[in-house]
Amino acid sequence: MTQVNRTKGGLIDRARTLNFSFDGKSYAGHPGDTLASALLANGVRLMGRSFKYHRPRGPLTAGSEEPNAIVELRTGARQEPNTRATTAELFEGLDARSQNRVGSLRFDLLAVNDMLSPFFAAGFYYKTFMWPKAFWEKLYEPIIRRAAGLGSLTMQADPDLYDKGFLHCDLLIIGAGPAGLAAALTAGRAGADVILADEDFLLGGRLNAETHALGDQSGADWARATLAELASLPNVRVMARTSVFGAMDHGIYGALERNADHLAAPGQGKPRQTLWRIYTKRSLLCAGATERPIAFENNDRPGIMLGSALRSYANRWAATPGQDVAIFTNNDEGHRTADDLLAKGIRIAAVIDSRADAPKTNRYEVLSGAVVTNSAGRLGLTSVTVQMANGQTRKLACTALGVSGGWNPNVHLTCHQRGRPVWNADLAAFVPGGVLPPGMTVAGSATGALSTAAALASGASGAVAALAGLGLTAHAIALPQAEDAPVRLTPLFHVPGKGRAWLDQQNDVTVKDVKLAHQEGYISVEHLKRYTTLGMATDQGKTSNIGGLAVMAEMTGKSIPETGTTIFRPPYTPVPIAAFAGRSAGVDFRPTRLTPSHHWAAEQGAVFVEVGMWLRAQWFPRKGETHWRQSVDREVLATRKSVGICDVTTLGKIDVQGTDAAEFLNRIYANPFAKLPVGKVRYGLMLREDGMAMDDGTTARLADDHFVMTTTTANAVGVYRHMEFCRQCLWPDMDVQIISTTEAWAQYSVAGPNARRLLQKIVDPAFDIGNEAFPYMGCGDITVCGGLRARLFRISFSGELAFEIAVPTRYGDALVRRMMEAGAEYDAIVYGTEALGVMRIEKGHAAGNELNGTSSALNLGMGGMVNKKKDSIGSTLSEREGMNRPDALNLVGFRPVNTAETFAAGSHFINREAVANAANDQGYMTSVAFSPNLGHTIGLGYLKNGANRKGEILRAVNPAQNAETLVEVVSAHFIDPEGERLRA
Amino acid sequence: MHELAALTPLGGQTPQISRVGAITIAEVTDRALASVSARIGAGDAFHTSASALFGCKLPDPGACVSAGDFTLIWTGADQWFVEAPFASHEDISRIVKTALGATASVTEQTDGWVRFDISGTTVVDMLERLCPVPARRMETGDATRSIVEHMGCFVICRAKGQHFSIIAPRSYAGSLHHTLKATAHSIA
Repeated sequence: MTQVNRTKGGLIDRARTLNFSFDGKSYAGHPGDTLASALLANGVRLMGRSFKYHRPRGPLTAGSEEPNAIVELRTGARQEPNTRATTAELFEGLDARSQNRVGSLRFDLLAVNDMLSPFFAAGFYYKTFMWPKAFWEKLYEPIIRRAAGLGSLTMQADPDLYDKGFLHCDLLIIGAGPAGLAAALTAGRAGADVILADEDFLLGGRLNAETHALGDQSGADWARATLAELASLPNVRVMARTSVFGAMDHGIYGALERNADHLAAPGQGKPRQTLWRIYTKRSLLCAGATERPIAFENNDRPGIMLGSALRSYANRWAATPGQDVAIFTNNDEGHRTADDLLAKGIRIAAVIDSRADAPKTNRYEVLSGAVVTNSAGRLGLTSVTVQMANGQTRKLACTALGVSGGWNPNVHLTCHQRGRPVWNADLAAFVPGGVLPPGMTVAGSATGALSTAAALASGASGAVAALAGLGLTAHAIALPQAEDAPVRLTPLFHVPGKGRAWLDQQNDVTVKDVKLAHQEGYISVEHLKRYTTLGMATDQGKTSNIGGLAVMAEMTGKSIPETGTTIFRPPYTPVPIAAFAGRSAGVDFRPTRLTPSHHWAAEQGAVFVEVGMWLRAQWFPRKGETHWRQSVDREVLATRKSVGICDVTTLGKIDVQGTDAAEFLNRIYANPFAKLPVGKVRYGLMLREDGMAMDDGTTARLADDHFVMTTTTANAVGVYRHMEFCRQCLWPDMDVQIISTTEAWAQYSVAGPNARRLLQKIVDPAFDIGNEAFPYMGCGDITVCGGLRARLFRISFSGELAFEIAVPTRYGDALVRRMMEAGAEYDAIVYGTEALGVMRIEKGHAAGNELNGTSSALNLGMGGMVNKKKDSIGSTLSEREGMNRPDALNLVGFRPVNTAETFAAGSHFINREAVANAANDQGYMTSVAFSPNLGHTIGLGYLKNGANRKGEILRAVNPAQNAETLVEVVSAHFIDPEGERLRA
Repeated sequence: MHELAALTPLGGQTPQISRVGAITIAEVTDRALASVSARIGAGDAFHTSASALFGCKLPDPGACVSAGDFTLIWTGADQWFVEAPFASHEDISRIVKTALGATASVTEQTDGWVRFDISGTTVVDMLERLCPVPARRMETGDATRSIVEHMGCFVICRAKGQHFSIIAPRSYAGSLHHTLKATAHSIA
């Protein structure tokens, strides 16, 4: 197909042709085209169907404010719905499709909705589909979703990469039109660190879309020359295809750079888009202005677009939606459009100017004091109906209509921190005002300075002022002579009439809908927005909000500023969620931490489990083991029989030093630490300020002024943070220094009756680790394997004779290999977190399941540990009456009455004869395991007054799985309750 | 000499060096590391013995300095990390503690961390995609704490615009290395 509506000139590269397809049909365009400009050049005006009524639609605009020309791009995993044809850059092979249609775009079966429009008025979904209730989820909702779908997803994972980055500058200039370019040049020449960002791929803003000269150059040439100078300045970073979408706190701006959206696919390993966080001292908003339409009956037909968009297509893209164009305007802009199109050889049917005093010309017909009241054409405009000043109507044949209703400054970013714009009656528009985000100023047409000369001047002076605020001197630059036409406008937001006149074309909101909202009491703009969905589509009402406000103002008899605006929130234009995720996707969702024995464990075929960010070995399957329980049971039995090794590096290690270290620990822990002898380890329980248990672990005293504390894996960071708070804020005078040494030492638990024998082959002979020299709860610095510095702690989580041995992490891998060699004669095994868990439940040791944030020392059976001869964090509040009731929960053990039965953690205890409900709840099971030593399931749990209920039979009720088991209350210490093994 | 072989943080026998475009990413394992914190009230005595041991004044916040075998990095209020050659200073915490005595708290940190040195003409472009520090503005000798892909780390400018160290907890070595390589590919 030939490019029938391609005119002369333009900023496209005609030397090259790009082939693309739309709805399966092939077309050609040129580099520099957008999908919309290329389709228009090819004579295609119909690009989509509307959201609700499935009305035929074509582009209304030529930019990111587009409500209508919403399409799907690409296929397969890269298919992307809801993209704007007006901003999609053309590339070779682009496959684009219209969306929101059933059948073809020309014969959309759901166009029937348009006939049924009375049923789809504002708030219809609140009023209809209410009966029968059961039909909503199964019938109505799926139908509505299908009818109102905005494109489709392929359900394939996004194959692209997204980067995140951080930039710093003195001055961020948002928008590279005449104001932004003048500002960047001023600030750049002054030597400031400048970032100039613009959403377009060709910078220059309206300079590329208008025919005005700047000095003796065209606007586009001046923009190109200015950009060339900016590119030569090392202190200026020019970012095209970059939308600054939000003004966040503290001078931080969000920006999305589209690195590869103009390519068929990003390069290998290259990001598709980059989300930038820009830290800037000052920002200058040069975001320009958006032209607004005038609503009239059937004002949404393909071919009807903004006058400025007609000029953009003609001047920048050498494209036009038609060869016979009418103009409808309430200001001088419409005449500018007519002149530009005439220059391209396009016929002007007439300029319909609503002003009685419209300028006269002999270049085209001007209908003064006239308005467009209707339009015709099923799939695209064929004529408009004009009501003349004298009251007569006239039908004008045309294939395109340019509508100019005035300009709205793009104030959005000035309002992202709840600022409200102020009304400018001359422009009949809101302009920036009130409190702007700190450090932000505004220049160019975003302030309402709509002429090119005013934009250039305010950009330059804005940069000088912004830099002055930073103590930097910038000199005024020579600005070219430019167009400086005044704004002459008579406000007109909609033409009264009976039919449907569209305000928000993307969400199908009409003047009637706003009137209905008013009639039903939704008068506040925030209610109006939500009731009618005005401005809630992906374009966020950039072309529609002001029209809706104007109609509401008319209905209430108030002014537009009295009616007010809704809140502006980021993002200014849509940002893919993938860009916010950045590289944190899939397996890289978060980093993983590997233990010192990880590579060795992987060689052994270990099954790993995520514990926070750590990957820990869960169990080590051996040949023939087909179920995890087989591996875990074997590891438990082998450890209790002889010796087992487990990597416990992930437990937090906090080094505590200083002359007040002992007293510090005395205050952190509920139980006493001041008198712990050097060379000894003590179990400690720390409480939160509110008296509840926070964490537990062992702390070793290596010297008078030196301790090493261990924490649970889960709470390592939290406990460290808590201790830093105590050190820095509560007791800044104490001489205590703390630092994490978790990762500096590879630490292994060696447990079982042969643990000592194994270690005696590792620990250098100079160190006696016999029971007398190195008793239970002893610790000390040693050397291993011929002189390597190491630490040894005689502590036990399993209840067996056990040690923990630590070496510098780089030797951790070699140590576990050496220990397995040394332990071969004892059939030493390595065990994972599951076996660790089984053994601690068998021993009745509390862990994360018990230290669950709702348990107190009393609940844990450690009430006596809260020492009252000293003060410690949480000690006082642990005395609260409610925490010390006679029927308080106590941690006890449970076993099934019929040992063939089992039960699940989370089960609740109910007395035998009671109804199983919350009122009769006696407590709950926290930890459950199969004990291979006892041959049946065992559990730990909190039971009301449990310490005094040993021997009682209860029901463990599991309503979630509809299960119930009779259990006996027993001691939590299933194995070696006297602790003989660990002291052996 | 003991009989245990060392593994690098990335799990190799020798440190990994990768080149992506203009960027070199080097796993650095030949430096020993210790933390040094001043004891409360030790003030002058601490600084005197520290200067004597290290041959220079301890750096101010946000900075690191090198003198002889030692590089000192400010890491927090009254806290520094000391780097020295591993071969001669494997026992760094004992060396430092012996010299500073009761004026300081010292811990061995050598194996608590993984150090990657990234260098090349585009290293700042790379850092801009990694962490929020203003890498372009960092001068030689600037050192700060930051975050790279959720991982807390130190960022040290060894040569302005050319050479930086990122020091992160050792267990993150694999994830951090992946991030560094991916980012280098982004800008290559």
